[in-house]
Formats: sequence, C-alpha cells, structure tokens
Amino acid sequence: MTMNTQGRPTRADEVEASAPATFTGNRALQIEESLIFEKDAFGETGVDFPALAGVNRLGNAARKQEIGLPGLSEPEAMRHFVRLSQKNYAIDMGPFPLGSCTMKHNPRLNEKMARLPGFGDIHPLQPQSTVQGALELIDTLAHWLMTLTGMPAVAMSPKAGAHGELCGMMTIKAALEAAGEGHRTRVLAPESAHGTNPATAAQCGFTVDAIPADATGRVDLEALKAKLGPDVAAIMVTNPNTCGLFEREIIAIAEAIHSVGGYFYCDGANFNAIAGKVRPGDLGVDAMHINLHKTFSTPHGGGGPGSGPTVFSAALAPFAPVPFVVKDGERFHLVETRRAAKAEGEGEAGGRLAAFHGQMGMFVRALSYMLSHGGDGVRQAAEDAVLNANYVLARLKSEMSPAFSGYCMHEALFDDSFLKGTGVETIDFAKAMIDEGYHPMTMYFPLVVHGAMLIEPTESESKQELDLFCDALLSLARRAKAGDQSMKSAPHFAPRRRLDETAAARNPVLRWTPKEPLKAAE
Amino acid sequence: MRYLPLSGADRRAMMDEIGVKAVDELFVDVPKSALNAKIDLPAHKGELEVERILGAMAAKNRAAGAGPFFVGAGAYKHHVPATVDHIIQRSEFLTAYTPYQPEIAQGTLQYLFEFQSQVAALLGMEVANASMYDGSTACAEAALMARRVTKRSRVVLSGALHPHYAAVTRTNSELVNDEVVMAPIDVEGTEDLAALIDDKTSCVIVQNPDVFGNIRDLSPIAEAAHAKGALLVAVVTEAISLGAIKSPGEMGADIVVGEGQSIGNGLNFGGPYVGLFATRQKYMRQMPGRLCGETVDAEGKRGFVLTLSTREQHIRRDKATSNICTNSGLCALAFTVHMTLLGEKGLRQMAMLSHEAACKTVDALGKVPGVKVLNKSYFNEFTVKLPADASEVVEVLAAKGVLAGVPGARLWPHDPETHNLLIVAATECVSDADIAALASALKEVL
Repeated sequence: MTMNTQGRPTRADEVEASAPATFTGNRALQIEESLIFEKDAFGETGVDFPALAGVNRLGNAARKQEIGLPGLSEPEAMRHFVRLSQKNYAIDMGPFPLGSCTMKHNPRLNEKMARLPGFGDIHPLQPQSTVQGALELIDTLAHWLMTLTGMPAVAMSPKAGAHGELCGMMTIKAALEAAGEGHRTRVLAPESAHGTNPATAAQCGFTVDAIPADATGRVDLEALKAKLGPDVAAIMVTNPNTCGLFEREIIAIAEAIHSVGGYFYCDGANFNAIAGKVRPGDLGVDAMHINLHKTFSTPHGGGGPGSGPTVFSAALAPFAPVPFVVKDGERFHLVETRRAAKAEGEGEAGGRLAAFHGQMGMFVRALSYMLSHGGDGVRQAAEDAVLNANYVLARLKSEMSPAFSGYCMHEALFDDSFLKGTGVETIDFAKAMIDEGYHPMTMYFPLVVHGAMLIEPTESESKQELDLFCDALLSLARRAKAGDQSMKSAPHFAPRRRLDETAAARNPVLRWTPKEPLKAAE
Repeated sequence: MRYLPLSGADRRAMMDEIGVKAVDELFVDVPKSALNAKIDLPAHKGELEVERILGAMAAKNRAAGAGPFFVGAGAYKHHVPATVDHIIQRSEFLTAYTPYQPEIAQGTLQYLFEFQSQVAALLGMEVANASMYDGSTACAEAALMARRVTKRSRVVLSGALHPHYAAVTRTNSELVNDEVVMAPIDVEGTEDLAALIDDKTSCVIVQNPDVFGNIRDLSPIAEAAHAKGALLVAVVTEAISLGAIKSPGEMGADIVVGEGQSIGNGLNFGGPYVGLFATRQKYMRQMPGRLCGETVDAEGKRGFVLTLSTREQHIRRDKATSNICTNSGLCALAFTVHMTLLGEKGLRQMAMLSHEAACKTVDALGKVPGVKVLNKSYFNEFTVKLPADASEVVEVLAAKGVLAGVPGARLWPHDPETHNLLIVAATECVSDADIAALASALKEVL
C-alpha cells in the first residue's frame, strides 16, 4: 500500500469484490430519503409570519378538522428536496435522447427573463393599460410563430401540445359547423400517431379511423384515399412523423383531404426538425400546434408545464378561440369573449380553452430563445438536429437495425431485430443504457415498429458526446449478441432497480395515509 | 452560436461519416418548392442584447409588488419563500422529462407522490392526481369525468362560478354535445341550485369561496345533487382558503378541483399555474391525468412509478379518460416545496393573515362614502358596489399607482348589472398602508 509521510494511504490497493451493505442504506452520494410525512414534523412550520391580530369572521365556515400536513424547517426542506433531485436524470447531466420528446438544452437566460417582475409578477386581470409590455411580448412571439410556420393566425392560449390539438380540432369542428358540414364526424389518423391525436379527436366528439403506414414508414397515400368520403372532417398527420421521417407526399395528402372538403391538422410535435427550413403553411396545413417546450427550449420540468400555441390557415383563423391580442396603433388590447370578437369584426371566434391568456412564463422563455437564436440560428438548430440524428443512425447501423432505409430527420428509429435470439429485449437494452449513464431512448413507440427504439439527440449534443454515446450503444449491442444476460436485470447502478409496475397498478397506493385518524383541531 | 456545440469541422466530419456533401441532402424528402423558404426574422443576438429587448418590454408593465395591489378573481399575490425558486431551478428537476424511466426519476416521482398526498389532505378527499394545466381546465375535466361516472349529459353551473371557468367548461362539454346550464349571476350567494338539478344532470359545479368571495355551505347542494344521482364538483380558486375554511371534502363533494397557483407559484400573467384534481377512491379509475403510485423495486426497496396508465391516451388512444399528456410538474413541485415549508401550522397562519387583511380592507372601504360591501361572508376576497362604472374607477386608481381589484365588466362585459361591481382581494402581502392608500384613493375618485 502506498503511504504518504503521515502514514495516510494515498491509493486504494485492495478493492472489495462486492460492495458491502451500509447501515443507513445510503451509497455515498446516493442518500435514501423518507417522505415528508415520515419526518415527525406535524405541527411544525418552516415559515415565520407576523403575529395574528385575532380577527376572525369565518363563523361556522372555519375549518376545525385537522388537515394533516407536516411542516419542515428550511434546512430540512432544502436537504429533502436536494436529495430527491439527486435521484433524477436531467439534460443538464447528459444526453437525454428520448425520441419525440426533444430534450434540448434549456438556456438559463430564459429563466432569468421569465423572472423579471414585469413578467413574473403581473396579474392576468390587472388593467390592460398596466400590462402593455406583456401584450407586446405575446404579439411579438405570435409574429415569430406565424413567420416561421407561414400561417396567418395563431391561438396562444393552449397550455400544452395536447391542448393545442384540442384547440385545432375544435376550431376545425366549428368551421365545419358554420359551413353546414356538421355531419362530418370521422377523423383520419395514421397508426403511428401520438396517442393524443385519437384521444383529442374523441374529446371533440369525432370518431377515429386509423390509416396504415406504407413500407417506408410513411402514410400510405392510396389507403388514405380509399378512406376519404363526405363524412371525413379532418386528417391528423405528424410531420416529420413519429418514425422520424418527412412525409414526402405531404402536399398530395393535403390536396386529397381538401378535395373532399376536410381539413388538414398537422401535429407539430416535431417542428424542431424543420423550423427555419420549411414552413408548414407552404405544405397545405390548416392547423398545427407548436410545443414551445420542445422546439423553443422551454424546460420540460419533469413533465410540464408545456405550452401549445396553435397556428391556423386563413380558412380557420376566424374560428380560433378567445382570448387573443389585437394591436391598434401603438396600443395592444385583449379580446376576451366571443361576443367581443364578433363586435370587433374578428369572426365567429371559438370558446375559451383556459382561464387566462396562456402560458406567459413559457412565452417569455420561448421568445428569449428565439431572439438569441435569430432566424439564422433557428434554421441552424434544425439542421444540426437532423445532422446529429443522421450521424447516430450512420454510426449505429453496423450493430443495430434501422427500422427503415434512407436518411431520417431529427430522430433515428430502430427496431429490435438486431436483438433477435439474444434473449435481450428492447426494455433490457434501454435499462442497460441507464447503467452506462444515459437516459434511455423512447421505447416501444411508435407502435408500427416492433420493439421500437427512437433516438432523438437534438442539436444540443457535441460530436464528442455523440461518439461516446454511439460507442456505448454499439458495445451494448455486441454484448447482447455475445449472450450477455446481465442486461435482463439492468439497471444495476441506478438509485432503484426495476420497479414493479404491475403491483402498483393492481393495488394502487396514491398517497401517504395517516396511521391514526385526523382529529378536530383546537 | 452559444447554444450549438457543433463546429464547422464537426459538421464536415459528420457529413463524411453519413456520406453526404451538404446538409440539405438529408432534407431530400421535403418538396423542393418548400425547402429553405426565405424567413424574414432578425439575426441571432447575444445575452446582453436579448436582456435589453425583453427588459424594455418588462419595464412597461406594473408589477404587483410595486405598490398597493388588490387584484384576485382566480390568481393571487402571495409571498413565496426563496427556497422554492431555488429548488425548482435545480437542473435535476428543471431539465428532467416526464418520469418514464422510474429508476432514474425517483426524485420527480417521490415529490409527485408527496404532492398528491398534500392535495388530497388539503381538499379533504381520498385521492388526487399529479396535477392538471390549471384550475379552469381541471374544472372542465371534472365535468367530463362526471359524465363518464353518471353516464349523463347535463352540466349545471353555479351563477357564482368564475366566468372563465364556466366558459372553459362550456367549451369542452359542448364538444361532446352535453347541455350546459348556467344559473343567473349570483352576487350574494343566494341562488337555489337544487331547483336546476334533474335526473339527467351529471354534475353541479359550485365554487367556494365563490367568485364574489362569499363562503358557501356546500352540504345542502351535495345532498340535493346526490338525491338526483348527480355529482357535486367543488371548485377552489384560492387554495390558501383551505387553511381557514372547511374543505369541500368535508361537505360532501365528489370531485374537487382547484387552482394551486397561490401556493408556491407567481402570478405570471395567468400561467403556468397548477390545476388540482381530487376525488373519492371509488372514482379513481375515471380520473384524468397522470397518477403516481407506490411500489417496490427488484430488491424490495420502496419506490414510485406512474400508474393506472391504462386510463391514458398513450395506451387507450381514443378511449382514454382525457387527451392530457403533460401535467404541470414544475409548478406542482413549487406547490409541494412551499406547502412542505408551511405545514398545516404555517398554512393556517398564512390563511388567517389573508383573512385579517381582508377584514381590515372591508372595514376601510365600508367607510368610503358611496361604497357598499355586498358580502355577508368572505375569506380574503369580497365584492363592493360603487356608484360609478368600476372599470373607469380602476383605471383612474391604476394611474394613481393603486391596483384596486377586478371590475365586473372585465369578467362579465355583456352583463351591465355587474359593471359597478369591484372584486377586491387581500392577502398577507397587503400592508395597512396599502389599505389606507386604496381607501383614500377611492374616496378621492368617487
């Protein structure tokens, strides 16, 4: 053993064959953390308030029953949530190649801008004369979105991508009804569509008819034409699609649906691949939502909040929902009701989708990103995203099996045929990536590909990072083919091993429950 | 460009590996007529320039914290401890995705479980989901859920439900051809909703405290709804109120929805906020949205996963309970951190401080000639009748630096009988000096 002059070992010569159990269950930086309800903190608080004067006019309405909420002091709370955070993977730690999800870098300038008191500390119902800058920001962002998509109108209020879909399909329904075409109730959607597409159509009272994919992973145009008819309201197509491919017949698809009097809804979840390169308005699209949390870098935040502004063609624009911002001269004002829209000559606007004006906090972040990138940078970002995905596709195809031939757009799709006969399945391969320090790719989606693995690197990855990532995946593929079964029990090094999802669903425990019933408070 | 790591040399090397000479060869499937359209937008900018542009826009807005502020009606200015913003800006929370890989997302999953537990306790219900977009969309989803549970198609709305919530509910329910019946505007909380409930009614939706600030006893309306086989949906737009007044669960509500913005989240001009959604255990499988549940891992250690996903769009597609795909994760985290700091003790103090501020404001405004306080009960918000159009009064007061409240015309522009009404909210952020400033400015104007 090497020693320094104090006799302190300076290098570990002997390594234990297996890691010992620890008394605490902790593993160095991985600290086990109990629930806030298990910290013996009922009746405590971590906030200091001024003394109450003792005024109480609540009478019988007062809450007497104990609520049952623990209160942690500030250091305890800080430690609790910091420990929890350290059990999460995040883009700021490494590649997060979830296909269809677009985990790109979230610039911190965006966070700083959203926290300016003039944006973060203004009320949605304070006088419009006191929020002219906020309305200007919404109007500016709307201008960028309309310019990038080549569409003449945008509804800003949808709160997420799926909410934008609802906005688009509801607007299509309104336009059809206004034209006496309310009998059109069938919506076409490819089998490869996001689940939100059929769910949205159903939520608008439509029935859904699936269109098969052709051998190249795209909408089967002949099958689509065969399904057209006078009862078709719309088609919902994601472009680039969920296989990471551009629908090369997109203009023919648009013409086909228009020829029977239906509308073309484009799911814009993958707009990041073409922003600055292609304007959906030039492709015949009538409505499309834009995920600001994908294309324009607002953070995903562990599952939200999102933001889903929805652009419209001239045919649909008059039916877009309230509220919206109108600029007259140098002033801005909000149109907040359908009657007000009609009075201002803005058409038969659709009904409200959310209480206020949309996800302002996300608008600020998205505009901060757009101004930073500029028109030139938005295009460069799309090109780099597509280049990175094709690089991954090219590097991995020697050991893994691309689902379709040819180039991809922003994401590379593989099937599980390269794992055939190895005993390793897509889920095992994905979980083994966790041990290598990566978040897995999207797995088992899209449904049209067996054992799908959908890799979206985004433009945020460097070549060096991608090379290591590809080398790691190639090594996993070789290990699987060599008969290595250790992946079946991966991950081995994560804060938790595989979790029993069946048990969770069979006997749902959705909250902490007190051991003793709550008491009436003093 | 500071957000793009690839150098020119990287790009060339990568194109060589792929076997293309120009990046546009990768866009081969795009119709030629549509590729590289000219896009007229400004070029990229440095941080400093972006800060100048956005800073100039922000400077045109009057921040709530800049002076006396009494605006509420669905969004409230409360104090949020500094710890909350620090935690939600941690990379591991801010830049994580939906926890689809639970082995490396226990941080998100555990706080969602804690969030669900806190929300259920606060609303007095058995189960809560991992959040909705906001209170108004949660309200619309509650009506759709009641439709699934009761298999009925008529929704009854209280006349004192926030009109935006009513509009959002109407939008969603009418899409599936449900009938939406709204009671007449009910300023003083005296409506007879029971008379509107029939045996086709799926639910009756009542807000408490209502949009005018009145505190309601929901028990009689719960009984009336249940007698006809309908559900009671209770709406809470001021979550802090639940630290002071009876929860809807205690009064018999079947579904409780709410806006959680007041806890942990800023005003943000209306979003992002965090929708609360809770119900009875027996209706659990009819809930919309994401749910987090407890389980164990392969070594028997406790862990958390997203569960009951067979209700959701990615599995059930057109048969899903909702098309919702995201929740309001980071806002839910802000809620949970703030609520963890408050605890029941702090929540009750904060609620009573808000109530006391409202009591003082009522007393001060009650002394202003021509101002009539309409509420018999209130928590931290109340409605006054002015001898003039409240919108005009609000504008004049805003010019004097006082944001006095929400005028009736902002919420009911087409109902002139509300136009002299002013809805005034007070929270722990309101000082005695603010109240005095409001009262004296009002006195000058009227």
